[in-house]
Amino acid sequence: MSINQIQDEIIDEFSLFSDWMEKYEYIIDLGKHLPLIDEQYKDEEHLIKGCQSRVWLHAGLEGDKVVFTADSDAVITKGIIALLVRVLSNQPAEEVAQSELYFIDKIGLKEHLSPTRSNGLVSMVKQMKLYGLALHAKS
Amino acid sequence: MAVTAQKGFDIEKLRSDFPLLQTNMNGKPIAFLDSAASSQKPNSVLQAMDTYYREKHANVHRGVYQLSQEATAAYENARELVKGFINAPSAREVIFVRGCTEAINLVAATFGRRFLMAGDEVLISAMEHHSNIVPWQMACENKGATLKVIPVNEKGELVMDEFDRLLTSKVKIVAVTHVSNTLGTINPVREIIEKAHAKDIPVLVDGAQAIPHMQVDVQELDADFYAFSGHKMFGPTGIGVLYGKEEWLNALPPYQGGGEMIETVTFEKTTYNELPHKFEAGTPDIAGTVGLGAAIEYIGSVGYPAIHAHEAELLDYATRRLQEVEGIRFIGTAREKASVISFLVGGIHPYDLGTILDKLGIAVRTGHHCTQPLMDQFCIPGTVRASFAFYNNKTDIDRLVDGVKRAVEMLR
Ligand SMILES: Cc1ncc(COP(=O)(O)O)c(C=O)c1O
Repeated sequence: MSINQIQDEIIDEFSLFSDWMEKYEYIIDLGKHLPLIDEQYKDEEHLIKGCQSRVWLHAGLEGDKVVFTADSDAVITKGIIALLVRVLSNQPAEEVAQSELYFIDKIGLKEHLSPTRSNGLVSMVKQMKLYGLALHAKS
Repeated sequence: MAVTAQKGFDIEKLRSDFPLLQTNMNGKPIAFLDSAASSQKPNSVLQAMDTYYREKHANVHRGVYQLSQEATAAYENARELVKGFINAPSAREVIFVRGCTEAINLVAATFGRRFLMAGDEVLISAMEHHSNIVPWQMACENKGATLKVIPVNEKGELVMDEFDRLLTSKVKIVAVTHVSNTLGTINPVREIIEKAHAKDIPVLVDGAQAIPHMQVDVQELDADFYAFSGHKMFGPTGIGVLYGKEEWLNALPPYQGGGEMIETVTFEKTTYNELPHKFEAGTPDIAGTVGLGAAIEYIGSVGYPAIHAHEAELLDYATRRLQEVEGIRFIGTAREKASVISFLVGGIHPYDLGTILDKLGIAVRTGHHCTQPLMDQFCIPGTVRASFAFYNNKTDIDRLVDGVKRAVEMLR
């Protein structure tokens, strides 16, 4: 599936929830299934500085596809990362670099990607696209 | 337990004075438990500022016309109100600034310039807000002086034996917080000042978190400098106070240059205005001072004894009820505490807890609260902090406790 097809799929899934509680329970659960970053990469170099929750991100190339693994010390952040990874991982590097992430807004999680939230997610999205760009140049 | 310790203290009536407390957050009536970050404003403050702008505004200390005189009178009247509020000996010792941060920067920069030398020390504590750390670090760096730190014990109290040991003749100034914004600890500033003065060392007290909760008398404390912000004491943002003893303020060089602070200007030499204007360069936040004055009058109408009694009851109630939460751990259990509760639950990240509470209409602060060195000492990334003002009620606390329980269930 393409990046946008996955985004649309997530939007569909979230339309089933009738309140924020169900939505957050789902997000928390998603976090538990996040493809975790290898412990050896959980270092300063892979740390994305967000002042409240910490986020680690690693990107590798499999063929022409970028594969992301990540982790966070906050579970809600982790759940949102899981969504981002689901959308952007295993996609061609060039498409990651050029992706337009509209699903966050549509599923009502925009506030989590606000720069004022200081949870590292804004920088994480930026970093994911940069990895896409760098890996595209390499591949 | 006494239900209302003070006669005439009608919490619901007081709450109705604060329009923001009547609003919703995320579709729920707001439970505002973040007054330590910034407090809400009563109608009287909003009205005073509105009236000022509508009917009295002109620049101060400049015009001969009536309106300018009235604006100047309003501005200087606010200064008189502050003087009375903290029992300063003279209104000349009350400097209007942008807030507590600017007040501390003013002293650190000017004191540093005039009095610090290589090898000197500045003594602060491990529980200081970044606002009472960084300006001193900058001053020390400029002069090759060293920052020394009074440690904090596991309850969140200053280790006074260490203070005694650190208070050597190398120390040129002591800067400590009256009340910790993260732990709620009320520090023995009277004792600190007395010991420092015995060695002729001046003391700056960061009063940002004390002023909203307790009567401060700068003469009784004998503080050399006392700094606080208007927005934490039910006044507007953008206005704060530096109180300084006249002999110290006269000994310091000006901070910023510009209008208002001068006596005569030629291109060769400028002579400076007298106190307090020497430290008030440029057009001040006149409306802010008017709002601050109204906030002082509002606090006066409620009265510190009633505020203290009500807040002590809230702190006690909240501490007891939060203990119902399994795995809760309080950060800051000092014997003398203001109405601030910092906590963690099991391994749950404060950010997660804060996010769920937000959805439930409960405003708490999460994170390091601008006290990173303190968080490092406790080896935690941050805390969830609930802070109470006199306008909070038991319903706010019940909602907090229920909210925490619900969030913990989701997050475990
Ligand atoms: C103890 C303490 N000092 C200083 C400050 C800084 O105050 P302001 O940001 O109003 O300048 C704060 C505010 O959080 C504080 O809690």
